[in-house]
Amino acid sequence: MGNKMTLLKRLRHYVKSFLLWELLLGLKLTGRHLFSSKVTIQYPEESIPRSARFRGLHALRRYPNGEERCIACKLCEAVCPALAITIEAMPREDGSRRTTLYEIDLFKCVYCGFCEEACPVDAIVETGLSEYHFEKRGQNILTKDKLLAIGDKYESQIAVDRKEQWRSED
Amino acid sequence: MLENFLTLGWIMIKVVIIIVSLLLTAAYLSLAERKIVGFMQDRVGPNRVGPLGLMQPIADGLKLLFKEIIMPSRANQYLFIVAPILAIGPALAAWAVIPFQPEWVLADINVGLLYLLSMTSLSVYGIIIAGWASNSKYAFLGALRSAAQMVSYEIAMGFSVVGVVMAAGTLNLSDIIAAQSGGIHHWYWLPLLPLFVVYWISAVAETNRLPFDVSEGESEIVAGFHVEYSGIAFALFFLAEYANMTLVSALATIMFLGGWLSPFQGIPFLDQYLSWIPGIVWFMLKVSFFLFLFLWFRATFPRYRYDQIMRLGWKIFIPLTLIWIVVLAVMIKIGVGPWFS
Repeated sequence: MGNKMTLLKRLRHYVKSFLLWELLLGLKLTGRHLFSSKVTIQYPEESIPRSARFRGLHALRRYPNGEERCIACKLCEAVCPALAITIEAMPREDGSRRTTLYEIDLFKCVYCGFCEEACPVDAIVETGLSEYHFEKRGQNILTKDKLLAIGDKYESQIAVDRKEQWRSED
Repeated sequence: MLENFLTLGWIMIKVVIIIVSLLLTAAYLSLAERKIVGFMQDRVGPNRVGPLGLMQPIADGLKLLFKEIIMPSRANQYLFIVAPILAIGPALAAWAVIPFQPEWVLADINVGLLYLLSMTSLSVYGIIIAGWASNSKYAFLGALRSAAQMVSYEIAMGFSVVGVVMAAGTLNLSDIIAAQSGGIHHWYWLPLLPLFVVYWISAVAETNRLPFDVSEGESEIVAGFHVEYSGIAFALFFLAEYANMTLVSALATIMFLGGWLSPFQGIPFLDQYLSWIPGIVWFMLKVSFFLFLFLWFRATFPRYRYDQIMRLGWKIFIPLTLIWIVVLAVMIKIGVGPWFS
């Protein structure tokens, strides 16, 4: 085995392994990292930047005059691959077509974003919200009231996110 | 009669002080480990419980205390319970002969080093019995590995201790430290450098710490000898491991780095200015240095393969220590340097 190695090389190998040279190099590396800056993000206080196209909790939007956007076309219900959306529709007193029931089952939803792509009036959207939880059975169903409330609450952020998205698509 | 009771009471107080501070050291060593290993991996480690995560060991301890001790079916119940006690008993008892500072030693006996060797050898029984009594193949494998490893490294460790005994001419730990007085270059790490290195690596292997933790080997045999243990029984193994780490660090300090002696001894001005620092501070600083090395090794080295461990122990360390013992004998005979003249 040692024929190919010259005597000098073998000697150097022995001396090196005896002085634990490679091990000291390893210790030097970890020793340097002991003092390097840390990459940890202290989550509840800090968070990483969120993309404008992030798909989180759903919301139903309204027009600036307060009228709900959804016209009950049921495109989202049709496109939904997880069958998470249930819609029932009837004409309102003023004759316009509106939903009487709009429910999203968050346990079924896969957050693919097809519903917001399908929507012709930008009514159903997925917000950037990723922090939510359920405490009781049944809270996984987002009703129309809840969806509209989420939309009202985060409308400013939703509008900014939509603008960002359209700009990047141009 | 009363005097006897008072002496006994005083000894009990000293024992309690040593054990409590030792358990606290072990607990906070676990926090230091998580912090330092985290820092070396560019993370920050636990920092949520209390300021800077300082209450983390307390929270861990409470958690383990309240958990159930699960007894595996068909385990040997008696041995299963005895094993963790056997593991932590020697780890704590060994501290009886450790001198923290001049006169600060529980039992100043003349065979201190021998006592320490026997106590550290006993700790292997806790591991073997735990592995056998668990009636689990992983635990059994871990115990077998650990038995072979600890027995082989005990030899190299014993030989390096023989070197220290030859140099100091005594088995009493306080006298070994006293024999090293006279400044940093008088400490035994210099004349016994190969033995120092061998001792330290064997010590890491003896305590089953990385990179020699085949008996635990998470990636191969889950957790080795203590897979089946939970709750406070697991905590006892955990404490025993960390108490043993502290023990071998203290031993390395006493035998090679001059125990409580100040590193500035013999340096004209520094010696006088720093003479107010009690010896126990130097002792603890040196022990902390070795404990840091433990954690540093853990963050750096991958686990040794089992046959590599055996090769290192039998084919390199034992011959090396034997040769150096002969060299040392010659050095002592002709009175080399400041150490043996």
